[in-house]
Amino acid sequence: MPLTEIRVAGFGGQGVILAAMIIGKAASIFENGYATLTQAFGPEARGSACSAQVILSDEPILYPYITQPDILIAMSQDAYNRFMPELKPGGTLLIEEDLVRIHDLPNGIRIHGVPATRLAEELGRRLVLNIVMVGFFAAVTKLLQPESLRKAVADSVPAGTEALNLRAFDKGFEYGLMELKSESAESQPVDKWIEGLPH
Amino acid sequence: MAELEVIPENPVEQFLRMERIPHIWCAGCGIGTSVNCFARALIESKVDLDKVAIVSGIGCTGRVAGYLKLDSFHTTHGRAIPFATGLKLANPKLKVIVYSGDGDLFAIGGNHFIHAARRNLDLVIICVNNLIYAMTGGQVAPTTPISALSSTTPYGCYEPPFNLPQLAEAAGATYVARWTTFHVRQLARSMKEALNKEGFSFIEIISPCPTLYQRRNRMGDGLDAMKFYKQRSKIRNGAPTSEVAFDINSDIIVGKFVDRTRPTLLGTMHHQLRERLGEKYACVEEVACH
Amino acid sequence: MTADPKGVLTGIHFLDGDFACAEGCLAAGARFAAGYPITPSTEVVERFAQRIPLVGGTFIQMEDELAASIAIQGAVWAGAKAFTVTSGPGFSLMMEHIGYAAMTETPCVFVNVQRGGPSTGLPTLPAQADMMQARWGSHGDYEIIALSPSSPQECFDLTIRAFNLSEQYRTPVLLMMDECVGHMTEKVVIPPAEEIEIYPRRLTNKPPEAFQPYETDGDLVPEMVHAGMGYRFHITGLTHDERGYPAMSPVAQDKLIRRITAKIRNAAERISMREEEGIDGAEVVVVSYGITARVAQRSIELARRKGVRVGKLRLLTVWPFPDWRVREIAKQVKAFVVPELNMGQIAREVERASCGAARTVPVPHAGGTVHRPEQILEAILEAAK
Repeated sequence: MPLTEIRVAGFGGQGVILAAMIIGKAASIFENGYATLTQAFGPEARGSACSAQVILSDEPILYPYITQPDILIAMSQDAYNRFMPELKPGGTLLIEEDLVRIHDLPNGIRIHGVPATRLAEELGRRLVLNIVMVGFFAAVTKLLQPESLRKAVADSVPAGTEALNLRAFDKGFEYGLMELKSESAESQPVDKWIEGLPH
Repeated sequence: MAELEVIPENPVEQFLRMERIPHIWCAGCGIGTSVNCFARALIESKVDLDKVAIVSGIGCTGRVAGYLKLDSFHTTHGRAIPFATGLKLANPKLKVIVYSGDGDLFAIGGNHFIHAARRNLDLVIICVNNLIYAMTGGQVAPTTPISALSSTTPYGCYEPPFNLPQLAEAAGATYVARWTTFHVRQLARSMKEALNKEGFSFIEIISPCPTLYQRRNRMGDGLDAMKFYKQRSKIRNGAPTSEVAFDINSDIIVGKFVDRTRPTLLGTMHHQLRERLGEKYACVEEVACH
Repeated sequence: MTADPKGVLTGIHFLDGDFACAEGCLAAGARFAAGYPITPSTEVVERFAQRIPLVGGTFIQMEDELAASIAIQGAVWAGAKAFTVTSGPGFSLMMEHIGYAAMTETPCVFVNVQRGGPSTGLPTLPAQADMMQARWGSHGDYEIIALSPSSPQECFDLTIRAFNLSEQYRTPVLLMMDECVGHMTEKVVIPPAEEIEIYPRRLTNKPPEAFQPYETDGDLVPEMVHAGMGYRFHITGLTHDERGYPAMSPVAQDKLIRRITAKIRNAAERISMREEEGIDGAEVVVVSYGITARVAQRSIELARRKGVRVGKLRLLTVWPFPDWRVREIAKQVKAFVVPELNMGQIAREVERASCGAARTVPVPHAGGTVHRPEQILEAILEAAK
């Protein structure tokens, strides 16, 4: 794949870093790509906003930081407000649709939404919302093979929780596939997430 | 006198690097006396001398390591205790003794002393307290009594000194004793007890510095110091350490003040790790080099 | 010899530089570490503390960096391989004990995950501004070995090399990481233990009566013994003779200091690791190390697209500095471009070593982030004029 910059952002406790780790691992260990993950450290990283940046590429990655992400995964309103302005024109936005209201959206951004927290709760563990999000990411971006992401999930989560996390991945993945289908049917799928519009 | 003829060698000599004698200490200095007591304690404690390591910091007492024919380490100023910590943890079979002065152990090295005592690492700390920085020319120390003259308190010291036994006990030492260099037999016995005791042991030795402390404070020479110690020392074994502070002319309370048991660092470490890791804990008594 | 498999986490991992460094320490055979928490280096000992009870060894969190940097040396003399980890302010506190290790020839590794300074500076952001401190920070004359990794993989590889060099030359070795590399996560391949070369401690075979701690038998590196082996040896930070005894004379000083500097100076070409590419025929050579080398690589590629003949000299070993190589290259090129996350430290070395044969163009950066590739590109274009 060409050099792709991804930012995963949310609030502490959502498993933002783990989600980014899984994406990076899938690309660099379970596929033949390269991945570089960096994250904000310090007091700013321990508070409400939490973000990780992962760069994927077919070639060794030189510059370590993202400059203009191709993909933003926003799992909180704060994350959206803070990081949306840096998204590349024509980039892709993935949101936790129950937690993020969209505003000031430039033209040409592709948006995909998933109620990741709710889906995770349906599985009995709210904690796995990040893995739902990764599954959703797999389906809508098609950047990486779902199988390599599944391997990366199993390889990254605490021992004994693999099955649950893989179910979470599959749930997000299936939701993503459905969303893609309905998106091709609808002309303005974006409307339902935009602030002020009836939902 | 006939006996002297049949013992051609001083029993202490086997512990000394004789090729380094004469030593650098002044006439009347108490450090040599303390080393004599230590040698006797080594014999009586029956420790394996090949497993004994002596660590000193910097200063007159810091030179002790260099004269003892044992594995001996002359480290940096104030850091004998953390060096000893590494030695002991990497090879718990070693008997590690820190032998240093009051300035080294309680000014620049004070933080390390309280933390090693808190951890209750199995170390013997021997502090020769001459109430002054001697090696550098008689400056004030954290042990210098109020009103005593030193080269940096030319009008008399006005900082209160540490009461070392109290500090040691409060920080967690399991064995605390204080003697003067007049009390050679008691001192050797305390050293022996400390060598045979598990945990953090502390022995304070009040010792004369005729060149810089006695002379400047008009207290005479080494012999006068012995007379002073003889007159003014009061043996009170078990005295509460809060009561053993002394000042320039007061009595000096000496004795064994603390002898108690607390779990040692290595003991608590093994216990905790075994409890949490069970069979997976790779407990090693010697951290081997690979 | 090869690595003890107990410490080697063979496999393909996704690790940050700090964790990779900890795995490097374990693979190299380190069984003792002492540390004091300081951002951005703490993760190294956090991982070591988690892993070492399963491997066999000890981690202790000391009361400060002075204590940590001397506790490791006690552990070395008791028989362990040992290291400590720190950053900026802690590195300043450790300086005295880098000197003690150099003077007593205690093999050990100091890791510095560099952050912005001076003083407390930028605890969570990168810099490379301790490079001269690494070289000259402790008082007195000594030579030092310092390595600079550009990726988590190199944090692993160069950590092992740091331990090996420290054993081979009986000297402290510094691993000069930076916050960016330390906190960057990438694929790290840890080979099987039998593929990891380990330089064993130079323990003597001589009996105690024939052994002197600093006798070198014509070599420049003496053999060692450990406490508890029955040798009853003495070690001091004072100037000492072959017996290890203090020797307060200009003659003893001259002999000792010449030897401990020569053992590294004479081996500099063997110690030095560099990555060179496109130097033959180049008009400009970019000299870089650590995280900056990656950014510089992008700048080099951009410059080549513009038709400039640019070569790359990446220093994996920063100290000893490869004077001889820079001097050779200086005769063939117009200029060196030296980007680094400081106000010009290694640039001075390049300038010195090139002896006026080529121009040196520093690309200083105060740290907090890395250069923009365009910044270095501009300097390359300017240098090529």
